[in-house]
Amino acid sequence: MRPFDYTRAENTEAAARQAASGGTFIAGGTNLLDLMKLEVMTPEALIDINRLDLGEIEETEDGGLRIGALVTNSDLANDARLRKGWPVLSRALLAGASGQLRNKATTGGNLLQRTRCLYFYDRAMPCNKRAPGTGCSAKEGFNRILAVLGTSEHCIATHPSDMAVAMRALGAEVETLKEDRSTRRLKLDELYLLPGERPDQETVLKPGELITAVVLPAPVTGKQTYRKVRDRASYAFALVSVAGIVEMEDGRITRADLAFGGLAPKPWRNAEVEDLLTGNAPSEDLFNRAADLLLAEAKGYGANDFKIPLARRTLMSVLNELTAEAQQ
Amino acid sequence: METNLTINGTKHRLDLDPRTTLLDALRHHLGLTGSKKGCDHGQCGACTVMVNGRRINACLTLACMHDGDEVTTIEGIGALGNLSPLQEAFVSEDGFQCGYCTPGQICSATAMLKEIAEGWPSHVTNDLSSKPALTTEEISERMSGNLCRCSAYPNIVEAIRKAAGESA
Repeated sequence: MRPFDYTRAENTEAAARQAASGGTFIAGGTNLLDLMKLEVMTPEALIDINRLDLGEIEETEDGGLRIGALVTNSDLANDARLRKGWPVLSRALLAGASGQLRNKATTGGNLLQRTRCLYFYDRAMPCNKRAPGTGCSAKEGFNRILAVLGTSEHCIATHPSDMAVAMRALGAEVETLKEDRSTRRLKLDELYLLPGERPDQETVLKPGELITAVVLPAPVTGKQTYRKVRDRASYAFALVSVAGIVEMEDGRITRADLAFGGLAPKPWRNAEVEDLLTGNAPSEDLFNRAADLLLAEAKGYGANDFKIPLARRTLMSVLNELTAEAQQ
Repeated sequence: METNLTINGTKHRLDLDPRTTLLDALRHHLGLTGSKKGCDHGQCGACTVMVNGRRINACLTLACMHDGDEVTTIEGIGALGNLSPLQEAFVSEDGFQCGYCTPGQICSATAMLKEIAEGWPSHVTNDLSSKPALTTEEISERMSGNLCRCSAYPNIVEAIRKAAGESA
């Protein structure tokens, strides 16, 4: 690990100021320290934000939840309000990582974790995300775990989070604090950038901008589920995952909020798919057409070709589960 | 970087390079070599310790991030002549072969049983509002962050079930 300056931030404003002059925030550190050991990330200064007052989960005025950026993945998954009103998020958190990691990983850090693309981790190989302009080794390499949607010729990395996929389905928003003390609120979709020509730029956050909370809207009615398909039963990243919230009325789908993990550089959501499903009675044909729309522009790179049919089957299985009562 | 840690009930004041992980502080600076450095990347769980009562991977955190924290290592859980119920059960159920992962397994299981007692759900819990049961499926899922290359998993699960039954 390269040497770095270490500072414990006393308050959010000091943290944002320190980070704006070149520091990197550290919270749980489970991904950042791993990358620092490998010298994939080499921050000159670490700003330890663990002492900041961002560890609470509060109810908002409109019945939602404001989740402090430092709330751990285990505390969030276990929160009684979350388990009752937003179970898809609790399920997604419990499907991720291990008990030890969930105790350390934070809400803000989980959103900002880096891809697990093998070539991003291997400093001997070209990678446009790690070393812009060097090329993408993954396109013709071991790309089994990588993306089929939202990629560019410069990068096919996936965002590895389960938590963020459920938050995307729930319409979560991210609150931030900038160096100049101004705050802003971003839809989760607005936080992430697609790789395009600059895969090293992953979010719209400015230097020193600190995620302070994630806000969930009030619970919606309907069935919720998080389905994760992976190479082993536990403690593995998703090959494909689906966070689904589906509501039925009189035999027709009245709400279909669907987000996908393992397929793209960010939690993926496609309004056309949801519009197609909404207002219609569930059927094999309808679900197939939804999958057609979702995967219309999907592109495999060899070893990850299987993700395209796997995504179709996973989506159809989730839709069957969430509409099951009405079909009986 | 000056860092104060309470480890197994004893206070320590350390002056460490900020790069020092909690695991290296325990092993190299305090001589507590029970916690093992298996992968050093949070994948194997051999370094599992409890910080303020919660299990974490000691290899994936910096010692200086834990100023003022209370750390429990395998040395604080029990020793020869004074084994914890889980340690007793690992012996009686043959919950190991080479023993390298065992300190991490026992630290992890100690905290995991507390999590179950507190009603934390897991990925395999069917009903998020129910009290989780101590089934093989639940124990396996909750212990998935601790690898055992000898594959003593069935006996590890039995040892945990036995220890939990005796303390219940």
